[in-house]
Formats: sequence, structure tokens, C-alpha cells
Amino acid sequence: MILFRLKRTIKLGVKSLTRHMLRSVLTMLGMVFGVGAVVAMLAVGEGASYESQERIKRLGSLKIIINSVKLSADEESSDKTNFTAIYGLKYTDAEIIQSTLPQADVILRMRSVRKDVFYRNRQMNSNIISTVPWYPGVTNQKLEKGRFFTSIDMRSKLPVCVIGAAVEKRLFPCEESLRKQVVFEGNAFSVIGVLESAGSESDPEETKELTDVNSAILIPLTTSLERFGDIRMERKTGSFTREQVELHRIIVKVKRVEDVVKASDVISGVLAKTHTSKDYEIIVPLEMLEEIRRSARMFSMVLGMIAAISLLVGGIGIMNIMLASVTERTREIGIRRALGAKKRDIIIQFLSETMVLSLVGGVLGLGLGIGMPMLIEMFTDMKIIFTAWSLILSFSISAVVGLVFGLYPAWRAAGMDPIEALRHE
Amino acid sequence: MTIIEISQLHKTYSLAKGAIQVNALAGIDLQLERGEYIAIMGPSGSGKSTLLNVLGCLDRPTQGRYLLDGADVAQLDDNALSDVRSKKLGFIFQSYNLLPQLTVLENIEVPLYYQGRSEKESRIKALELAEAVGLADRIRHKPTELSGGQQQRVAVARALVNDPVLILADEPTGNLDSKTGLEILDIMDRLHSGGKTLVVVTHDDGIAGRAKRIIQLRDGLIESDTRN
Ligand SMILES: Nc1ncnc2c1ncn2[C@@H]1O[C@H](COP(=O)(O)OP(=O)(O)OP(=O)(O)O)[C@@H](O)[C@H]1O
Ligand SMILES: [Mg+2]
Repeated sequence: MILFRLKRTIKLGVKSLTRHMLRSVLTMLGMVFGVGAVVAMLAVGEGASYESQERIKRLGSLKIIINSVKLSADEESSDKTNFTAIYGLKYTDAEIIQSTLPQADVILRMRSVRKDVFYRNRQMNSNIISTVPWYPGVTNQKLEKGRFFTSIDMRSKLPVCVIGAAVEKRLFPCEESLRKQVVFEGNAFSVIGVLESAGSESDPEETKELTDVNSAILIPLTTSLERFGDIRMERKTGSFTREQVELHRIIVKVKRVEDVVKASDVISGVLAKTHTSKDYEIIVPLEMLEEIRRSARMFSMVLGMIAAISLLVGGIGIMNIMLASVTERTREIGIRRALGAKKRDIIIQFLSETMVLSLVGGVLGLGLGIGMPMLIEMFTDMKIIFTAWSLILSFSISAVVGLVFGLYPAWRAAGMDPIEALRHE
Repeated sequence: MTIIEISQLHKTYSLAKGAIQVNALAGIDLQLERGEYIAIMGPSGSGKSTLLNVLGCLDRPTQGRYLLDGADVAQLDDNALSDVRSKKLGFIFQSYNLLPQLTVLENIEVPLYYQGRSEKESRIKALELAEAVGLADRIRHKPTELSGGQQQRVAVARALVNDPVLILADEPTGNLDSKTGLEILDIMDRLHSGGKTLVVVTHDDGIAGRAKRIIQLRDGLIESDTRN
């Protein structure tokens, strides 16, 4: 019965609304912008949180990264006699972490120094990363060709190297790079492998010298120690610094996500004992990820609230017009009641008008809320993500708003006394 | 067969929070048989419209009994009264009271809509009645595009569309000039000869002359009840 009448009720509502087309359209606009705002804001918020989550995920949520941090001048325990700044992670740190964390999968030790690298008459300034054989496994780095150095290379301190994609392009533009000798600091290293290009997507974290492997040359840590020692010299305009750092980075990879926080606590405990000053930092991507998720949730909530307010305003606009319309149509209500309409019929009639207004407004709002961000995405590099739930949510909110703000005017209309309504001029 | 039976019907309005009591109807006894055509007359404020509203189940009496078509309707709730109006009654108003956004045909269909009849059935029935009142060529017009007499004919058709047992009219010719008023009265005569029960409130003796029974009201009471 209700369903049977639904079509005619909607028809009736549309007929009444089209009688005052401009008024209906203006009333609907509040809803259009409200729903549009919700959809657009959620899409932008979702996009932003997705981007930052992806960035952290690329760092690896199973990893704990420990970096050497240079201290400010007054904290520095420098060897004043030869102006060398001594700080950072030690080889022994790595060993202690290894022995106290049996659940840790791999411990990766790295140091990096910038050096000029030569091949025949070609030259480039490259980042020399000294590391261990299991580097590719921990960092998910794949090899384009050749092989990575092994424990045997490591133990024998062989002068072998694996070069990044950009290095190969630069030094070996049109010849095979494998088994060629590159030279830096007067030492010849034989190329045994080439890394796969790390992709074009730039990432502030990735561009840090330790992880930007595209223009890096990776050599065994033991070889590096034997040949270059652990003093890094850097010339900057006018000044000259000497740094002594054993390891620039230690990466600990645990097996399970649940172990990350525990392991990071253990590590910070161990390091606190062996280091007198805090010349290291512990980065836990998982914690950052959770932090970002938390703030993304907050962000969405704030956006949702702003949008809800605009929907509220839209709803009040609809209610306002409907109340005016009820008063204006008092006589119509009286006539309908005299002709047999029940209170329920009057409620349904006015409610269906508000529902038509808010649902049509909602649909147009969805269009606006999807179209606008897509335009923005086209002209900027902002990331936009539409989730099904955000579309469903905003549309159902428009339905709920129509219902809630339509009920009162409809109730007022139905509550009128038929005789008085009929007498109304 | 008795269609209306009221006894000791009172309608009292309380004004100014009960300080003033207006006895619009002060104890009416009336019996109406099926097929009767009666005119209710009386000076302004005598309670004619009030009586008609109570008869039309738009208003409830404060006191008294009202049997309509054998059913006690005096104390029915709003919902049930709506049902009675929908199924048993037809109204004709002085000021036509058509719905301006609807066409002639749609206006005639309204009572059927509230009976829950199908669109198709309503359309057929409404067309039939539009023809009966001589407006077959005007069914797509809006009320504002019709003359007063034509509008009132639409209203008559609308009052008939649900096959009511009782037709109530409150000064149906009050807004019309005498010539168009006569058209309406002719239609009412036809309804009467067709067996319909009609109650017409009027000031006009000429109109009352067509009715078979005249009830004179004064101060909420029946002063006289005469048959032509
Ligand atoms: N809603 C109301 N509240 C208070 N008093 C009312 C109300 N409706 C009617 N009355 C009073 O009831 C009495 C009868 O009114 P009613 O409308 O029935 O008169 P009437 O005979 O139809 O007059 P007219 O010929 O002018 O239409 C009048 O005194 C009027 O003031
Ligand atoms: Mg009156």
C-alpha cells in the first residue's frame, strides 16, 4: 500500500515543488553544497592520509631505524687536537643489539661517505654506502643484474661493489658495467652487480643519502673499514670538517609487527647505557604510521564536523522554506483533510517534498563533491581518494537531514485543524 | 432509510480561556432520510456552518449523538473521521476550494487518491464526472483558467467522485452571479432526482425553494422545519 503510493506521492511532491521552481532550487542549493563539501573534504582527507601512510610504509613497518646524529657544537665530544668530531653509532652497538635481540631478523649496519668516483675519463660524485651482505633483503632492494656481495666477499674484504642505476647510466652510458673497475680514493673496485632503479617517486625520506641508492655505490663494510678507516672529511665553502663516525645507520628488522615496539624499547635501553650523549636517533616507522593514522582520524573528524555544520545549515534552510510553505498552503491542507486525507497523509506529503528536495540536492551534491576534487586533482598533484563509505555516508546524511528537518513542518501541517485551515485566506 | 440521526447536539466554543462560552449549536434534533434535499437557512451567526461541519465530520460536537449511515460518529478520533469523510461524504464550498497546482481532472481525482484507488481507476472515474458536469473539454486546465461557475462545477464533480452517501454544500452559489448559480442549482436538482442526499446551507430563498425541506436555525436551535 505504502509502496504502491510511493510513486504518486513523489510525483505529487515534485509537482508542488516545481510550482515554485526558483525557490525549490535555491532551497536545494544548501543541500548540494553541504553534501558536496562532505564528499570533497573526505576525499581530500583520505588522499592526504593515504599519501603519508604510503610514505611510512615504504620505510617499512617491521623496521626500526637507528641513525647517527651529529651533536651541536657544545655537546660534541670532539678530539680538539685534530678537529675531528667523534659521534654516532659504534660497531659494538650493532653487536650488542644483535645479541640482546635474538628475535631480530637482520641487523644491517651502514655507513655512507660522499666520494668522487671515476671510470676511465668519466667521473661522478657518488655516495659510498658501506654495508652488509643482507642489505637487499632488509630494504627490499632488487638487483637489475649481477649479484650482491656475499659473506665471503665480506670476510675476505674484497674490493667489490654494487652500483645504483643512476651510477651505471652515468659511468657506463653505452657499455657493460659488470666486471669493470671503478676507482675512488685511489682504490679500484670491481662492479659485481647493478641495483634496480628505485622508481621515480621522490620521497623526502628516500632522498637521504643513506637510502638514495640510485646514485650510490655499495661496498662491503669490512672492505670499507680496511681501506678508508672511519674518518669522514667534508669540505664546504671555506670550512673543513672532519668527522669520525663508525656507523651511520643500523636497521633492525623484526619478524612480527607486534615485536616492533618491544624491540625499540630494548634498543633504546641498550643504547642509553653505552652512549653518554644522545648522538643517535631511533625511528620507528610503525609508530609514525600509527601517529599518522591517529591524526588522519582526527583530521577526518574535524572535516566531518565542518561538513556536518554545512549540512545542518542546509537542513535548516529546507525546514525554513517548508515551514513557510506549510503556512502558505494552510488552505490546501484544509481542503485535503476535508476530502479524506488523514494526518498521516499530510505528513507523508510534506515529508516527501523535503525528501525530494534533500535527496535531489544530495545527488547533485555527490556530483559536485566528486567533480570538484577531480578537477583539483587534474590541475594540482594533490592526491584524492573517494571511498565508497564516504559517498554512502554523505548521501545518507542528506536523507537523514531531509527526514529530520522535514518532520517538524510536516507535523505542523498535519496538526492543523481542518476547519480553521479551510477558513484560512 | 435514515441517513442522519442527531439528537441534542451541542457545540460550544470557549473563548478567552473559558471566560466566554459561545453556544454555536444549542441542542439540535434532526433526522434525515436517504434521498432528501434539505436547505439550512437562518441569520448570520445562527450556527449553519457549524452544523454543516459537524454533519460533515470535520468537527466534533461537544455533546449529543450523531448517527451517520447507522454508525455513531460523534466521538470518533481524527483518523476515523477522515475515513468517514473519505468514504461517505462530499463537500461543496462557497469558494470552490480547488487545488491551484492541479488540473481539473487531477482535482476531481483527489478524494480517490486518499481512498487508495489506482491511478487508472481514478482517471476513468474522474473523466466520467468531468463529462457529467459538462467540463470534458477543460480537463487539462488549471483552476485559474476557469470561470467561477466552471470551478464550482469541478468542485461538484470532485464531491461526487467517491459516490458519497451525503453531499454537503455551504453556500455553493454565494460567490456566483445568479445565472451561473442557476447552473449549479440545476446540477443539484439532477443529483437529487438521481437519488442523492443533499444538505445545502444558503441565505437565498430562491435556492431554498428548490429544496424539499427547509430548516431555519436561530441561535443554535432549529426554529422551524418545513417541507415544500
Ligand atoms: N472557531 C470558533 N470559535 C469561536 N466561535 C465560533 C467559532 N466558529 C464559529 N463560532 C461562533 O459560532 C456561531 C455560529 O457560527 P457559524 O459560522 O456556524 O454561523 P453561520 O450561521 O454559518 O453564519 P454565516 O451565515 O455568517 O456564515 C457564531 O456566533 C460564531 O461566532
Ligand atoms: Mg457560514
